[in-house]
Amino acid sequence: MPPDNPPIAETRAIEKFYAQPSGARVQVIAPTNLEIMPGSFTALLGPSGSGKSTLLRMLTGLVKPSAGQVLWHGEPLGLRQPDAAIVFQNFALFPWLTVLENVEAPLQARGVDAAKRKKNALKILDTVGLDGTEGAYPKELSGGMKQRVGFARALVVEPEVLFMDEPFSALDVLSVETLRNELLELWLGRKIPTKAIFLVTHNIEEAVLLADRIIVLGRNPGSIRTQFGVNLMHPRDRKAPEFTRLVDYIYKILTQPGELPPPPLRPSPETAQRAAEPPAPLPHTRPSTVAGFVEILLPRQSAQDIYVLADDLGMEVDDLLPIIDASVLLGFVRVNEGDIELTAAGRAFAEADIQDRKEQFREAIQEVPLLRRIRRGLEHQAKHELKDEFFLDVLEEHYTDKEAQRQLDTAVSWGRYAEIFDYDADSGKLWLTEPAENESVEA
Amino acid sequence: MESAPIPSSAAIEGSRGLISRLTDIAVFAGGLALFYGVITIAQTWAGPFRPAFAISLSPWSLPQYAAYSLMRLTIAYLLSLLFAILYGYIAAYNKPAERIMIPLLDILQSIPVLSFLPGVMLAMFALFPTHQVGVELGSILLIFTGQVWNLAFSFYASVKGIPRELREATRIYQFSPWQRFIQLDLPFAAIGLVWNSIMAVAGGWFFLMACEQFVLGSRDFRLPGLGSYLQTAAGAGDTRAILWGLAAMIGIVVLVDQLVWRTVLAWAHKFKFEQVESAPPPRSPLLALLRRSAPAVYLQRHFARPLGERLTARLAARWRTRPRAAGATPRARGLRWAVSALVLAVVLLGCFQGIRELAGIQRAEMLHVLAGAGATFLRVMAALALGLAWTVPVGVAIGMRPRLAKYAQPLAQIGASVPATALFPVVLLLLIRVGGGMGIASILLILLGTQWYILFNVIAGAMALPSDLQEAATIFRFSTYDRWRLLILPGIFPSLVTGLVTASGGAWNASVVAEYFRLKGHTFSITGLGAIISRATDAGNFRMLLAATIVMSIVVVGMHRLVWHRLYRLAHSRFKLES
Repeated sequence: MPPDNPPIAETRAIEKFYAQPSGARVQVIAPTNLEIMPGSFTALLGPSGSGKSTLLRMLTGLVKPSAGQVLWHGEPLGLRQPDAAIVFQNFALFPWLTVLENVEAPLQARGVDAAKRKKNALKILDTVGLDGTEGAYPKELSGGMKQRVGFARALVVEPEVLFMDEPFSALDVLSVETLRNELLELWLGRKIPTKAIFLVTHNIEEAVLLADRIIVLGRNPGSIRTQFGVNLMHPRDRKAPEFTRLVDYIYKILTQPGELPPPPLRPSPETAQRAAEPPAPLPHTRPSTVAGFVEILLPRQSAQDIYVLADDLGMEVDDLLPIIDASVLLGFVRVNEGDIELTAAGRAFAEADIQDRKEQFREAIQEVPLLRRIRRGLEHQAKHELKDEFFLDVLEEHYTDKEAQRQLDTAVSWGRYAEIFDYDADSGKLWLTEPAENESVEA
Repeated sequence: MESAPIPSSAAIEGSRGLISRLTDIAVFAGGLALFYGVITIAQTWAGPFRPAFAISLSPWSLPQYAAYSLMRLTIAYLLSLLFAILYGYIAAYNKPAERIMIPLLDILQSIPVLSFLPGVMLAMFALFPTHQVGVELGSILLIFTGQVWNLAFSFYASVKGIPRELREATRIYQFSPWQRFIQLDLPFAAIGLVWNSIMAVAGGWFFLMACEQFVLGSRDFRLPGLGSYLQTAAGAGDTRAILWGLAAMIGIVVLVDQLVWRTVLAWAHKFKFEQVESAPPPRSPLLALLRRSAPAVYLQRHFARPLGERLTARLAARWRTRPRAAGATPRARGLRWAVSALVLAVVLLGCFQGIRELAGIQRAEMLHVLAGAGATFLRVMAALALGLAWTVPVGVAIGMRPRLAKYAQPLAQIGASVPATALFPVVLLLLIRVGGGMGIASILLILLGTQWYILFNVIAGAMALPSDLQEAATIFRFSTYDRWRLLILPGIFPSLVTGLVTASGGAWNASVVAEYFRLKGHTFSITGLGAIISRATDAGNFRMLLAATIVMSIVVVGMHRLVWHRLYRLAHSRFKLES
């Protein structure tokens, strides 16, 4: 997808709130920006109460946002009607109309004449596997068949974007499986002229199975936690490790209201070069604190519960977490389901004297992306020195200005401790303090 | 060798076609008869003004009178239906209007039919001073005022109750308001409208006597019809004629129920809002015949469908090309202002006139009205208590025994469809003979008019009692007392409240005809708000009419808000049976 492709629909800081009689304001959805790109199959995933259905309704113009704007092809809704269709959770078929009449109804609203209407409706019914049922009433059909009618009614108007609001959640397991596969077949096989699909669901597996882009929502108020692409090949195998890793990752996001867990997919060389993925942020902890922490752990032979440990140390868990994160990043401890334990490297680090510690720390930070990148950058320079602006520019692509500065500060404190590089705040220069290990690094 | 002759397919077609051809002839003949009737009645209406029609008590004039009454009821009902849909639609889709129209509906519903009489009639005389059609329209409008409010509320409530997704489907697929009305609003409201129509027409029969013959000031009005026949017979004390009239009325009511309402109910079944077929659909042989008859099919194929198609297409095109500019056009805004100003002016003028009229009221008169309100209140309560006392045990007995329900329900339906007012002369004559008076008779009449609402709701509630709860009561060997206390009464409570709400509203309205009655040249009356209203109408005493009507309206709406509404909420929070 060329990056300069304009989105079909986008939202500009749309939000939803209700004013209470007391004057207080209940925020349901925080200001949200999202876009629907041509050729994309987006899944909007979130727990109940995260406002996913409301977002869908604001995108399609069914619900007016309290503030912000929804643009379709750059024009605000209200001036134009979105070229959209919706497949509803509970089908929303008219029980007094036959299957054929239900599918014809949207065409009738568009002023299509009777003969053409019937022809188009029968054709789309055939496409979704409903040929022969056109004379039946919806109540004579099974749930799966009813939702096929729902799909037929949506597809008959050849919408630019097909919206689906929990389309499979009222169906039995077997119908869901078939319907999902058939939908993918229509979409991937380009058998329908639809340019984009937007799926609202609370089912993680469903999102990973179908979508090529997933937006995860949090609640109180509803807001986007994160969004990412899914590059798995179709048909997707739910047992494949990449699949389960992604599902677990999303599960973690949904169950941990605080910070985002690290992304599960190892960056491929390609994505690393694109620098699209931010390097894992450094926890803001001094190396000496890490050293003190592993020393405390040393006499404790078995794995420690983090909460118990925090209690023992008279610390808040929130204060302990960055230290643990740093120790994990350096490979000194491992965390398993809330229990923390020293690794062999960590034990050696704790038992070593100050000089050995520096040596071991230098070893350990080889695996830390940001430090590795700074070191490589300096090594490539003839004078082995660089202005801090260079690194700040890179960091600011992924972090706020303040956070970028903090990241660099932390990196410098780690680099100094390891005696790899040093920094002069006045001149703003970073330079290597040790000779480059490997002069013949590929250019 | 020759094979045996095989009957040709044409011959089979021919023999099968015989029945449908007979149906065609019947449908055609029915249409002709209806046309003739309408022409005849129209001629009378267009004729000169004959306010006091000489009613013949001969049974042979009954068919003609019945036709007149049916015509009036039909026109009144159709007008009510149209108006109700319009009113309900506007209230459901226009937020500012809704805020005024729905409370107004509550008040209008509480005003008894007779209170509208002087206003309606005077307006009609002014419009048609020389033609019979004026009085006829006045009578029709009176019947209309008794039917329309319930229908309007039913349509409004249905449209408001349309599930969100269905509404969104019509919006995302850009249905024009017309297409939405035809394919969503109307079908969704259909079943509620049919049931309320049955009740509305029954109410029309109930007030038919009052609407066909009445006194207004010095003038005596009498229109040809079943209602005036019965009143004339009662006035003359002609028991034979009363019984003839009663038989004719019951016959017609039962006939209309069987031929019209059963057919309509069977047809309306397809509008039942359900995802799966839950019960076998009701059958109607007449509907089946109509669906197959050639004239009906022809009309549908060559007129109704193409017409609907063109209308929908035209309106859809207009809807799609509507200007989307924000805000209303100056013309629309001006129109809205004009309408608001007009409504406000009329309301203010009405209030002003009303206050001026009321300002002259005497203290004694006011006390009289209040005492009447108290008496009628007690009477209504007594009627409701009596109704409860017999309908709850009987209704539960019927509802919990499906086999009994099969026979008892149709019987009860016929019983309910007999207008109590028609029975009134008979009841009153009997009571006077055994020494009872107007006091008992009026309570009895109110009871006769309203008990059915309670009975039907109790039956429905008892039928809906979950069988597992009943089985649990049996397994734990509940005593009869505990069974009623713990299972039956809480279980039927929501339906019981619904029945009581309707019955109480009906009871107040019925008091107007129940407390004041002319029989054998006497006027029987008793202290009560209903009697005050009737007498004030007869005497043309607008001040008393206005005062009594306002008091009744306040009492009925007040009861609704303070008592029934709370019970209703309780029923739907604590006593709701959910699966």
